[in-house]
Parts: sequence; C-alpha cells; structure tokens
Amino acid sequence: MATKLTQSNGAGWAFALPGFGLMVVFIILPFFFAFALSFTNQRLISPNPTAYVGAANYRQLLGVGTITLDPLRDDAGAVQRAADGSPAYPRLREFTRANPDYPQLDGMREWFSFGRGESRTFVLARDVVFMKAIVNTVIFVLVVAPLQGALALGLALLINQRLRGINLFRAIYFMPVVVSIVVVSLLWRFIYSADGGLLNNMLGGLSFGLFTPVDWLGTPSTALGSIIAMSIWQAVGFHMVIWLSGLQTISPTLYEAASIEGATKWQTFRYVTWPGLRNTAVLVLIVITMQAFALFAQIDVMTKGGPLDSTQTIVFQAVDRGYGKQDISGGSAISVILFCIVLTISLIQRYLTRERT
Amino acid sequence: MTMKTMQILSGAALAALLGSTAMAQTELTMWYHGAGNQVEADIINQIIADFNASQSDWAVRIESFPQIAYNDSVVAAALAGNLPDILDVDGPVMPNWAWAGYMQPLPLDAAVIADFLPGTKGYWDGQLYSIGLWDAAVALVTRQSTLDALGLRRPTLDAPWTGDEFMAALDAAKASGDYEYAFDAGMAWTGEWYPYAFSPFLQSFGGDIVDRTTYATAEGALNGEAAMAFGEWWQGLFANGYAPGTSQDPAARDNGFIEGRYAFSWNGNWAALGALNTFEDTLFLPAPDFGNGPVIGAASWQFGVSATSAHPDGAAAFIEFALQDEYLAAFSNGIGLIPATATAAAMTENYAPGGPMAVFFDLTAAQALVRPVTPGYVVQAKVFEKALADIANGADVADALDAAVDEINTDITRNGGYGH
Repeated sequence: MATKLTQSNGAGWAFALPGFGLMVVFIILPFFFAFALSFTNQRLISPNPTAYVGAANYRQLLGVGTITLDPLRDDAGAVQRAADGSPAYPRLREFTRANPDYPQLDGMREWFSFGRGESRTFVLARDVVFMKAIVNTVIFVLVVAPLQGALALGLALLINQRLRGINLFRAIYFMPVVVSIVVVSLLWRFIYSADGGLLNNMLGGLSFGLFTPVDWLGTPSTALGSIIAMSIWQAVGFHMVIWLSGLQTISPTLYEAASIEGATKWQTFRYVTWPGLRNTAVLVLIVITMQAFALFAQIDVMTKGGPLDSTQTIVFQAVDRGYGKQDISGGSAISVILFCIVLTISLIQRYLTRERT
Repeated sequence: MTMKTMQILSGAALAALLGSTAMAQTELTMWYHGAGNQVEADIINQIIADFNASQSDWAVRIESFPQIAYNDSVVAAALAGNLPDILDVDGPVMPNWAWAGYMQPLPLDAAVIADFLPGTKGYWDGQLYSIGLWDAAVALVTRQSTLDALGLRRPTLDAPWTGDEFMAALDAAKASGDYEYAFDAGMAWTGEWYPYAFSPFLQSFGGDIVDRTTYATAEGALNGEAAMAFGEWWQGLFANGYAPGTSQDPAARDNGFIEGRYAFSWNGNWAALGALNTFEDTLFLPAPDFGNGPVIGAASWQFGVSATSAHPDGAAAFIEFALQDEYLAAFSNGIGLIPATATAAAMTENYAPGGPMAVFFDLTAAQALVRPVTPGYVVQAKVFEKALADIANGADVADALDAAVDEINTDITRNGGYGH
C-alpha cells in the first residue's frame, strides 16, 4: 500500500530511526525473547544447555486442582473440632505429598477453601504465590484506577483556576511524581513504621491516645492497602497534569454560554466539562491501568512481597524469579502472562469507551 | 675506573633493568566488591602496590564495585565474556560460579593455607576455588550486668546454653519488664542474613536447608521432625513476643541493643565494636545448643581466579601474596573482620589473645559451619529466607517448610542435580 508515509519520506524515517531503533532493541526484541524463552528451561547462569520444555512453565504457574474433604471423626462418629470450634479436616499434605492416589495434586498447596455443609472444598494451586500475586495485582488495579483517576480530576479542577500563586499548588501536587519512586517508598516506610512512625503518632495525637498503633506494612490485612494509598498519592500529580491539559482544551466560550443559560456548577461540569474530557478520560484510565499492573518498586523497597504474600505482585514475581532465583524461563513466562492480561484489558477498555456513532 | 663510578654505573644499569622489566609486567585485572569504603580501598590498594613492586612479572590493576551491584556485574560480565583475572566472591556463592564455569580452580600450595580457618577455604568438587583473608562470626550479644540482673549462668564454649536455658533466659528478660523485646534476631536485615544467621539454628536442631549427603533433595532435611521442631520454636519467638518480627525498623536493629531496648542480640563481629564502645561489660556468647551441637555460620568474601583468565599462575601469585599475616591483620584492624589465621589474629588489636573480640576467633574455630556447598545455594537461600519470614509472620509451619522443600527440589531437578 503506497501512502505518504512510505513514499519519499526518507527524512522522516531518518528522524524516527533513533527512537524506533531503541524501541526495537529494548522493547520489541526482548518481548520476542521472553516469549521464546518461556517455552524453555533457560537459566540466568548455567553450564547446562537450554532445552525446549513446551508449556511446562505455564503449567507450573497456572496449575490448579480441587479436593473435597470430610471432617475428621472420632471413633464414635462425632466430628472432631479444632480449638476454635471449627471442624477439623485431614491435613492437606497427606494428599499433596507423594500420595499415589492423588498424583494430580502432587506438589500443590492450599490457595483458599470454602465449605458446603460439613465437607469442605479446598482449591489447590501448583504455585500459590503466583496466584496470590495475580489477585493482589488485580485488587491494586481495581482500587487505584478509579480512585487515582477521580482524585487527579478533582485536583485538576481545583488548580484550573486563575488565582494568585496557583502555580505553587500545581508544583506541590506534582512534586511526588518528580521524586524517584525508590526515595518515595523509603520515606513512606518511615511514615508507616510501627516503631514510632509518623502515621501512628499522628493518629494517636488526633485521637488523644485512643488509637492503638498499627504495624501497617507488617500486618497482612493492612499491607496492601498501605501500598495502595501511597501509590495513589505518589502518581496522582502526573494524571492531574493530563486532566489539566484536557481541561484547558475546552473552549471558554462553552463555559460563557453555560453561565448565560444559568447553568449551575454541577450542570456545567456534567454537560460541558465532562464531555469535553472524553478522550482525556480514556487516556488517563488506560495509562493508570497499565502503570498499576507494573507495580514493582514500592513492593521491592517496602515489603518484598510479604507479610505472608499479602503484597506479592506479578512484576515483582517476574523479577524475583528471573534474577533472584536465576530462573529466566519462569520469569519470562510470567511476563508473557502479564502481557496477555494487560492486552485483554486494554482491548476491553477500548471497546467500552469506543466512539458510539 | 673508581669504585664510585662502578657503583653509579651498576646502579644505573640496575635501574634500567628494573625499568625495562617493569614495562614487561603482564597486566592482571581484578574486581573487588568494596567500593565506597575508603579504609578498605586503602588496604587493598596497598597490597596491590606492594605486590606490583615485589616482583617483575605481574601488575595487578583493581576495579571496585559497590557490594550491592557486584554479583550482578560479574554475571553480566561473564555473559559478555569480559571477566577479570582475579575475582572476589562471597563464599556461599562460589560453587554457583564455579559450576557455571566462571571460575577455575585456584592453583595454591596446600601448605600455604594449612593454618587458615576452615570457613575461609572455598572448596567445590574437591578442589580449592577461593580463599578468604578473613571470616565473619555471629554471637549472642548481651551484657554481664544483664546476666547478673536476671540471675543467669554465663555460657562458655565448652558449656553453651541448651535450648531450654536459652528460652529460660528470654523468659527472664521478658518477665523483668526492662526490655522492649528479650531477643533481637535481626529480622530487619533481609537477604543473605537470614540463611547466614538463622540456618545455624536449624542445623543445631538437627535439620538443614538441603540434604548435604547428596544435595539432591531437601525432603526430610528442611521438613523433617527436627525442622518442624525448629519451625515451631522459631514461630514462638515472634508469636509469644520474645522478638521483633519482619517489620522491625532497620534503625532499631542497628541501635536497639546499645539503646537498651533488647536484652540479647544475635549479631556479627562487624557490629561488636559499637556495642563494646557503649557498654564495657558487653559479652559475646556462643550459640545455644538445641540438641545437635551449637552452630554459627561461616565464610565471607574470598578471592579466586576467573575461568577466562589467561594467567592463572599470576592471579594465584597475587592471591598468595595477599595471604600474608600482615595483610590479614590490616584488614582486621581496618574494618573489624576476623583474620584467617591465629598468627595474624595475634597481630591485631581486637582479636589478639585476650583482646576484646578474641572470642569471635574462638567461636569461628569451634562452632562454624559453612552454608550448603552447592551451586543451588543461591536459590535455596532465597527460598529459606521466605519460609522463615512466612513462619515468623504466622504461616503454618509444616505447610511453609513443605512449600520450601518443593521449590528447592523443583529447582534442583530443573538444573540436572547441579553437577553433584
């Protein structure tokens, strides 16, 4: 197909070449490498030759199974109960460790379980840590995308005014974006510290000492939430600027017309501002989603995936395996899975936010 | 010709000879992990300068890296075929590099290192690959006044505390109410500290990270009865409030003992001077015996020769030169490390018999056990670290250890047994 892009456009291509070249070398080629390596047993360091292993890496990562167990009964047939009164079940390790009757469960571990009547169904995964990483990442995206987007829009509306010194506020909100994420993470580790951290002290002061200090990053129930809050704060300024640029493309005449018509502030926002921000909204949503899926630095600095895997994420697992445990093929397989997830979600987002004619 | 001119002439001839041979020195490159530490750099540079001046065949040139980036740099250089002649390598990592073909056996006369502490000698596949100028040791740090106040016996190398005595000591410290925590294990130091400092507890219980007779499986070693007992004990330390857990503040780890917040601290010789300078009655007690003998970790950074070096004889000559007692003592005096020989220890300020830290030399000689000598250790260390963090955070002990065993065994299988 001969278009203006390909015909007598040598200078244009020459100008694009450095950028394209770098993208090919550092993004596109590695992606194909990852795809190919994920079907091998490639190690970071090894004298053994690399061999094709088919989908073994994917089976290892994604394998799941279930087993339904009846509670233990004593000789009289009554259900045995644990100390807290819940029925006691046989230990799963009797089924998952070299049990010839359950070869399909060998090496699996409990992911979660649910009860039906007295029996209980245990969902097992071959790689529980990775499953938890997927769930945590999805939770992170589901919370961060709407909250960060809305908060950034709110800030953008606030600073989109002609006030004296408004640039100072813009600079303050934007500051965390410019600071290295590693530095920000370290600072928030101090803020969240259970050992005289700023947050605990502040909450204690505000509640006149009634607040019991919480080990924010050391408790499985609060660790992910703490990282979510910090991540939203850190990147909100970036999206605020994108919203702001969108706000400033809306023609002032529309606002003038709205005020002449006697529109309230909410009506102005609902019928002038919001429709004018349509494309910006799509962009912000997709960018936040993609950034949120790439969650890594905060985890690496603040929790290393702990406590009890409550902050494992997909990218952290990919790096941890590929470099930490020298398992390049496993890390590559995780990257490919992440690529498929993000691609699917982007396509869905594109479909849902398409221009309806 | 007078005597004087003869002297001048021969002197000039000698100088010319030296000058020309200096030009003919073959250059050897060396990588070192200690960038950023001026004292350490001064010592290693002095050794190199002395070596280069002492003979006419070799000239060593050093490049230093920050420790945190060192291993990555070596791996990257190996993949790119750019390794230097002389490498330094962390003791437990050496088998991994040797197996991967990054290093070659170190051609060193056995007599040279006969008197060296066992933890300083890096053997893989029956051959010496690396040798250390120093070792490191861990002790149970406390104060004589603490023992007196709590009415505790002072354990000795010959009669260390039993596991029960150790727990009784923690109970006493906890009951006294004088301390925030009875015991500081150092949970804030993630990474290699966990296997280095805590796997000796497991070994003292009778378990291990991997079965050392075959190195083919962790089954039974890391999830057998002894390991389960270790796991329950370990979990109890945190569940019962004896020790701060994984979210311990690094600053509290560094200063908690000298601020009097912890009664006992599990810490290394590198932190000993700080404690000694604060409390004159600081004690460095041997590890408790949980039934299978008291154990502490061994092996620190060591020197070896890269596989691609064209001059292993020159590299070995330098390493042998660096192994002189005066340099061992210099490193010890400069950065507090345990010198590798008793004769060097006698030359140091802190480790000479009767010196304030001499006990660490005795501890290393008496209790030290190297970490599993296998290329898979790099992975096993990370798996072990996660299992211990999970157990400390309340995970089911059997499940956590089983998971660790499975991951280690899968890794061993996938690597064809790591060449054992």
